[in-house]
Amino acid sequence: MSHADPSAAPVVRITGLRKRFGENEVLKGIDLQVAPGEVIAIIGRSGSGKSTLLRCINGLETFDSGSLAVGGQPLAHGDAKAMRALRQQVGMVFQSFNLFPHLSAGRNVMLAPTLVKKLPHDAAQALAQELLVRVGLGEKFDAMPDQLSGGQQQRVAIARALAMAPAVLLCDEITSALDPELVGEVLRVVESLAAQGMTMMMVTHEMAFARKVSHRIVFMHAGRIHEIGPAQSLFDNPSTPELKQFLSAIDR
Amino acid sequence: MVDFPIQDILRHLLLAARWTIVLSLIAFAGGGLVGLALLVARIARPRLGGWLVGGYVQLFQGTPLLMQLFLAYFGLGLFGIKVSAWVAAGLALTLYSSAFLTEIWRGCINAVPRGQWEASASLALSLPEQLRWVIGPQALRIAVPPTAGFMVQLIKGTALASVIGFVELTRTGSMIANATFRPFLVYSLVALMYFALCWPLSAWSRRLERNLNVAR
Repeated sequence: MSHADPSAAPVVRITGLRKRFGENEVLKGIDLQVAPGEVIAIIGRSGSGKSTLLRCINGLETFDSGSLAVGGQPLAHGDAKAMRALRQQVGMVFQSFNLFPHLSAGRNVMLAPTLVKKLPHDAAQALAQELLVRVGLGEKFDAMPDQLSGGQQQRVAIARALAMAPAVLLCDEITSALDPELVGEVLRVVESLAAQGMTMMMVTHEMAFARKVSHRIVFMHAGRIHEIGPAQSLFDNPSTPELKQFLSAIDR
Repeated sequence: MVDFPIQDILRHLLLAARWTIVLSLIAFAGGGLVGLALLVARIARPRLGGWLVGGYVQLFQGTPLLMQLFLAYFGLGLFGIKVSAWVAAGLALTLYSSAFLTEIWRGCINAVPRGQWEASASLALSLPEQLRWVIGPQALRIAVPPTAGFMVQLIKGTALASVIGFVELTRTGSMIANATFRPFLVYSLVALMYFALCWPLSAWSRRLERNLNVAR
């Protein structure tokens, strides 16, 4: 585990975040700061608001009150220019990979740097190749997504997110759609990113993995951060009955 | 009865088929451009654009093309605007096909999974970039069969322009049939010519669909 520096200015600063879907308030005031190089695992039952929280950070969901800033840049919905600047700071990897099926693996990675960062074709190609090597897919530049296994697709998706050199990488249950034997290869990539000091927030059900790579665990319950702290203390000494119940339920 | 050898009948029908083709091309091009503009308006301003374009689509889908042709030809005349059969037919077919095409294409855009929008948005792509590079190419593949199907309908639909005095294939056919008293022969030839126009379009669409599937 690399070292996170809690004294540095936070990469992500979330203050009093509230979000409701109609009558149902899914986030009831979230306060969270993520330090550079820190890896945060967000756990909790389905419906506890963990995916919604993650999706608020890059503006895929709007929120009703509170504030959210990445790299000091506040998130402003409706301001296309500000959103574009913010999203360049935030990479996201999805449960269902969401590779662009009409583009090769390499082209998937090249697209955003070419369009958004105006990187010349050759430079973008070199960057994509380098990133594919980094996720162990150096040979697959020209492969189409449907020729790749789920694990390989997810690794391309990680390379695609890294291509924008984000300040923080959001991972939304990125191994949940994978066959069990393919989970390891994706987690190894995430682990190596953590070791290289990438700031990450991941919603995950892989508790052993969360414990191994995370600096802090966030346990969400009923729209709130119910417990937060280092992996060891949270997993070994849960202080609330809800977390105890959650951990025993998934242990079985 | 005028003596009308079959070569002459064929020649006249082929010459008239030109105007069916030209009118179809005007309707494709005009309808495609207007339909695309309506589609963009709908996507860029979901509320206002969606409401206005939705109404437009309902209006042109819910009334017969024949009425639209009459209204374009005689209706504009009531306002003192003198229109030729060409302008009226071109205008009515453009509006008509734009309503259908924009609706067909909206369905194709909606058929692209939401994850594609989310992934491209989270890579900081702007709406035009998302449409051009991510959503558009995938929607295009889905759009080929229904678009080609509508084009075939449209080619046959141009026959209705004959009612406002536009002399295309059908109109020429009925004039020749009246002059020769050989309606079965003449209308059979007319039908064959429509088939010769429509069938290659369907075949081309099937090939294009196959190629786009391979290139995916």
